[in-house]
Amino acid sequence: MFLHIDHINKQFTNSNVVNDVLVDVNAVINEGEFVSILGPSGCGKSTLLSMVAGLSEASSGQIKLEGKTIKKPGKDRGMVFQQAALFPWLNVEENVMFPLKKEMSKKEAKERARKFLQMVQLSHYGGHYPHELSGGMQQRVAIARALAMNPKVLLMDEPFGALDEQTRARMHTELEKIWVETQKTILFVTHSISESIKLSDRIIVMGTQPGTIIADIPVNLQRPRQFDQKEVIQLEKKISLLLKNEIDKVVKEELAYAANH
Amino acid sequence: MQRIIKQLIFFAVLLIAWEGIVRAGGWTPDVMPKPTDVWQALVRGFADRTLIFDLAASFQRLFIGLLISLALGVGLGILLAKSKTADETLGSLILALQSVPSIVWLPLAIMWFGLNEKSVIFIVVLGGTLVMTINMRMGIKSVAPLYIRAAQTMGSRGIDLFVRVIFPAAIPYAVTGVRLAWAFAWRALMAAEILSTGPGLGYTLKYASDFGDMSLVIAVMILIGIIGSIVDYAFFQRVEKNVMRRWGLETN
Ligand SMILES: Nc1ncnc2c1ncn2[C@@H]1O[C@H](COP(=O)(O)OP(=O)(O)OP(=O)(O)O)[C@@H](O)[C@H]1O
Ligand SMILES: [Mg+2]
Repeated sequence: MFLHIDHINKQFTNSNVVNDVLVDVNAVINEGEFVSILGPSGCGKSTLLSMVAGLSEASSGQIKLEGKTIKKPGKDRGMVFQQAALFPWLNVEENVMFPLKKEMSKKEAKERARKFLQMVQLSHYGGHYPHELSGGMQQRVAIARALAMNPKVLLMDEPFGALDEQTRARMHTELEKIWVETQKTILFVTHSISESIKLSDRIIVMGTQPGTIIADIPVNLQRPRQFDQKEVIQLEKKISLLLKNEIDKVVKEELAYAANH
Repeated sequence: MQRIIKQLIFFAVLLIAWEGIVRAGGWTPDVMPKPTDVWQALVRGFADRTLIFDLAASFQRLFIGLLISLALGVGLGILLAKSKTADETLGSLILALQSVPSIVWLPLAIMWFGLNEKSVIFIVVLGGTLVMTINMRMGIKSVAPLYIRAAQTMGSRGIDLFVRVIFPAAIPYAVTGVRLAWAFAWRALMAAEILSTGPGLGYTLKYASDFGDMSLVIAVMILIGIIGSIVDYAFFQRVEKNVMRRWGLETN
């Protein structure tokens, strides 16, 4: 078991009201796999991913990477957020060099940054500052930055959520290429069904209130996949049916809440 | 270009009106000098170098005082942002002191340091430190949590996290702090010089007033205003704007 999410529960307590966000979440992710976590808004996807990153703690259960329990953030897990989170006081190259500072000489770090900027096709932008780049370019720098520290797992929390349709499609192609090239294990959070089908080997579908895994669907389709492929459309239907129940649940609760207040 | 032409015309009209009104009213220069009298006082001051010495002396004090207050302000600001206890105790004192104009400390300063340079610098330091502290504290406190989380996933924590992420992220606030510290320090310096001793622009202003030389008084006032606004507009606002743009904080 490469990455093992083992009986994870998470509660938040707000003004003495206990809110079960994740209940008994279990999953095994194999090395080199591209796995999507798909679920409606608020089901706890980000919460789960940030626990894998070591940024927050589970209420109970544990997450193990190659047998070691995750307690803190570390360079073995790279994270890409919905916002690129580049440091505006550093240029693009310096941003990519940020995690390399302590482990190698400046020259090596520079070479490495160049290599990964080339991978995301931004070799010419090393000297630019983040505010001079478009959203899609910034997100590519963030991916290069996470990859440059050579993590065992790449965690991505709706990395393309803030991008327009066309840019998003281009980023899908690029990410797929990078994944093939680097053979990284990728854990990818999204609420777009088509995005998860396009990219992943496996889709973990989450339900909400409380957040649990309701299905684990392998995607055994040839890459690159097209959105108008028959099998893709079938799978999309299947998953949206699964999610519809969950979304209905949210709507029902919203209505009940509105009626009572 | 547009703007500078408007400004030139405005100031020309202002000077002509001033000259005309004083001439028509027939006031003597020891009551209300004309722009031409002020100009002559300025030329005289620069020709015999007194104003140059004054400027040098004032700037030296300002520079020393400002440096001390920036160092203190950065240190105190970080302390208040990082320690809740310090913020609740020392922080409230600093907020209270902030509403006391620093010049009211002059009598005490003169008791402690004597009627000299040190007292003036003390007033300048007080003028600059508090506002720098408050801005630095705010800057550290409002660093985007996303930056911190991102840095943590890249293995940064503790001192490394502070030096490489939190402090640089707080720089826009720090720059505003420096600009305000300069403005407060400049005003405090002039007040302290008028009330204590020279050389310096403020001292010359008082000296001129004691001798009824209103042309020189106004000349010095104009110098103080010009220097203040040049440093503010031409330097600080430009730096601040660049930093804001680079840090992605520009509103438009
Ligand atoms: N720090 C917190 N304190 C209290 N409640 C929290 C906290 N963080 C998250 N929650 C709650 O946990 C639930 C899951 O949040 P999370 O951000 O993980 O959802 P998500 O699946 O990522 O949603 P989205 O798709 O909108 O990003 C939400 O109901 C949210 O209100
Ligand atoms: Mg989320």
